[in-house]
Amino acid sequence: MTLTAFSAGAERSRDNPALALEIAGLGKCFAAMPVVHDLAIQVRTGELMALLGPSGCGKTTTLRLIAGFEEPDTGTIRIGGRTVADAAGQSRKVEPPERRRVGMVFQDYALFPHLSVARNVAFGLPRGERDRDARVAAALAAVGLSGMAQRMPDQLSGGQQQRVALARALAPNPDLILLDEPFSNLDAELRVSVREEVREILRAAGATAVLVTHDQEEALSLADRVAVMFDGEIVQTGSPEELYHRPATREVGAFVGDAQFLPAEASGRRASCELGDVPLAVPATGAVDIMLRPEQIRLIPATEASEPNATVQSRLFFGHDQVLTLALDSGGTVRARVGAYGGIRPGDRVQTAIRGAALAFPRAG
Amino acid sequence: MVTLPPRAARPFSFFRAHAPVHVSHRPAPPAIVWMPAALAALLALLPLAYLVMRAANAGAGFWSHLLRAKTLEIVVNSLVLAGAVSLATVVIAVPLAWLTTRTDLPGRRAWATLGALPLVIPSYVGALALVAALGPKGTLQGWLEPLGIERLPSIYGFWGSWLALTLFSYPYVLLSVRAALRGLDPGMEEAARSLGHGPWRTFLATTLPQLRPAIAAGALLSALYTLGDFGVVALLRYDAFTRAMYVQYRSALDRSSAAGLALLLVAITLGLLVVESRVRGNDILHRLGSGAARKARPVPLGRWKIPATVFCATIVLLALGIPVLVLGGWFIRALRQGAALDGLTGAAFHSLTIGLWTALAATLLALPVAILAARFPGPLGAIAERVAYLGYALPGIVVALAFVSIGVRTPFHQTLALLVLACVVRFLPEAVGANRLSLLQVSPRMEEAARGLGETAAGAARRVLMPLAGPGMLAGAALVLLTTMKELPVTLLLAPTGYDTLAIEIWTAANDAAYGRAAAPALLLILLSAIPTLLLVARDREQVAR
Repeated sequence: MTLTAFSAGAERSRDNPALALEIAGLGKCFAAMPVVHDLAIQVRTGELMALLGPSGCGKTTTLRLIAGFEEPDTGTIRIGGRTVADAAGQSRKVEPPERRRVGMVFQDYALFPHLSVARNVAFGLPRGERDRDARVAAALAAVGLSGMAQRMPDQLSGGQQQRVALARALAPNPDLILLDEPFSNLDAELRVSVREEVREILRAAGATAVLVTHDQEEALSLADRVAVMFDGEIVQTGSPEELYHRPATREVGAFVGDAQFLPAEASGRRASCELGDVPLAVPATGAVDIMLRPEQIRLIPATEASEPNATVQSRLFFGHDQVLTLALDSGGTVRARVGAYGGIRPGDRVQTAIRGAALAFPRAG
Repeated sequence: MVTLPPRAARPFSFFRAHAPVHVSHRPAPPAIVWMPAALAALLALLPLAYLVMRAANAGAGFWSHLLRAKTLEIVVNSLVLAGAVSLATVVIAVPLAWLTTRTDLPGRRAWATLGALPLVIPSYVGALALVAALGPKGTLQGWLEPLGIERLPSIYGFWGSWLALTLFSYPYVLLSVRAALRGLDPGMEEAARSLGHGPWRTFLATTLPQLRPAIAAGALLSALYTLGDFGVVALLRYDAFTRAMYVQYRSALDRSSAAGLALLLVAITLGLLVVESRVRGNDILHRLGSGAARKARPVPLGRWKIPATVFCATIVLLALGIPVLVLGGWFIRALRQGAALDGLTGAAFHSLTIGLWTALAATLLALPVAILAARFPGPLGAIAERVAYLGYALPGIVVALAFVSIGVRTPFHQTLALLVLACVVRFLPEAVGANRLSLLQVSPRMEEAARGLGETAAGAARRVLMPLAGPGMLAGAALVLLTTMKELPVTLLLAPTGYDTLAIEIWTAANDAAYGRAAAPALLLILLSAIPTLLLVARDREQVAR
């Protein structure tokens, strides 16, 4: 990003009080290795933003830069309209974490083991404040742990510790809540229910939150908007639907969901590939690869099939649905995610059809 | 470089295993941390620096003195003793470790605890017990005199020293091998059995090779213990390094040749420590692969139960029973004569005073080094920590001689302050180790959480770090207190005239063959030293039970 673009961003935020977090040109190196590079993110007040990327992409470092546990090499960070870190100009300024009004929920929760649940939650509240007990009680009530105030952290289950960590972060009423892989320490079973609870708690509190995760399902199901990060840079920001249906690159497409790419010849709104004629979401021309998600491939019931074009090679049965690998008569293979009913077996002859539109990318290689 | 004796450094697992921990990249440490840490490191370097300067400034006479035949004799004496002791400790400790961990030996938990307890007997107290039992005017002779036997074979010299050092240092091998046996995957033995090996071949082909690093590490530790020990060889009059240095210092006040011997001993010690860390570096022989380890099925001893019990009982009787019984006997006899407690309270008070000051100073001095090592990973912390651990490579008599010589030229000569300073240098490693471990057990996320909730760096240290790490640091200070109270050579050489401690009481009484007078302070010291070891054993059990 150029300097002009960066200052234009800074201008905008002054005009737009609805931005809870604004990051521009953020960069950080560890031992001369850039971990975060020229990063820009904007989060609106009341929004839940997910920062999604593979492990080692710099997303946790970004979170720690926002919280103030690391100092940026370049760029600015503004929280609630206040500049908390500015490594851009000559007047270098980095606020310490305790002055940023940011609540953090750590991956391992980092509950203070020597303090009770109530005292953990009260930790960030100013001492001597009159309604301190009331605020602790309110925060615990908000996370559904009213009866647990006197417990010690090691007497709680993983899900309860998670909610105490959230209550502790919410109690001082911060401008921004940061969550670092908050569900990775929970069992798969618990994860889905806790995820929903956390979203409802954040919604009810009207909190603005940034969530870091490497789990695309978690990001898509929880967040209002998702920023996808590869190698220290944001490659695409958008709603979950946008990311899933209109990924900006093949890599994003493959990262946020199951994707397969087929060579095709595009001409305007249509392209022809091994599966026949496919509508395109965005017009293109020439040699392209089209992305088809497995659930976009439909099987025409055998009773109606007039001209089968593929043989079922293998089947992965998941219960709620199944994924079939189809050997096309033309030589290639594709995967189709179809309903779990219908008694399809390997060896069956089937006819394929396309649901929805495909997305064209420049031919790889 | 110099490393700690094996110590259970378990990762913090308060909630559950930490998922991939984000590596902290922190700015350089503030001056308030690194400046006192540098001071501690300089202090720790002082004895060695003195010895090197002394050797460098000495004339040609120094080297000719060092290279004479007597020196060679001392070196050979010391190495032969160290070799014989470590061999004997392995022979005693490996079967004892196996019997108490892997068999159905009756009362094996009790044997395990009793077998490790001789560690708490200060070596000179053990030597005193040996002399009081078998020496001239000792218990055995007292029993035999009516039968007309006037003289016993002398306990002094090589065999007495060998016996005493073996009996009081085999627990190093025992603990090391026991830990390794516990970490072994029983699946490997089962695999060997299913591949057609009988029980003996399984033991020789799979179990023993996996124990080898632990045996080697333990044996090296007892060799190091032997080389650095002053009390046994001095009381039993065997010309090893430490006694030779003391004799030269006392008789001729010849500081240069004592310094030369000290340098030679430090070089040998450092060499052994390097070997030890190599040996221990390779011992990643635990379970590979995942899944919870199963407990091994105990080996049924059958008719070997009785010989095995006799073996354990013999070791415990010799190493623990004899000192306590003999000293107890002398104590009762002295009590009847009404002289048992003379000077005991004064000496105990002096020992306690030195111990408390040393514990306080060592803990305070160790704190910045520990903070540097635990919270600011980098070359500075690594260097400071290594230098602080140098005390482990310096035998007590070496530290004592260096500080005596340094002190003579200062107004601190013959003061309590100099004695405490020398003790601090000697026991700094223990304090640094305990403080560092306590700090490492508190995840840096805890402090970050506090910062994120609006607390300053100092506030986070006060409200979160100290409550969590404090108890461990206090335990470290208590350990330094007790070790200082047991200490002999530094106290002996540096205590102001007339400032007698428990250790000095024992030393002079033993040399005068006044066993009755030595009994009370010796029993008191054994009792004091047993406390932290029993706590350690209790914690060890707790961890096993988990």
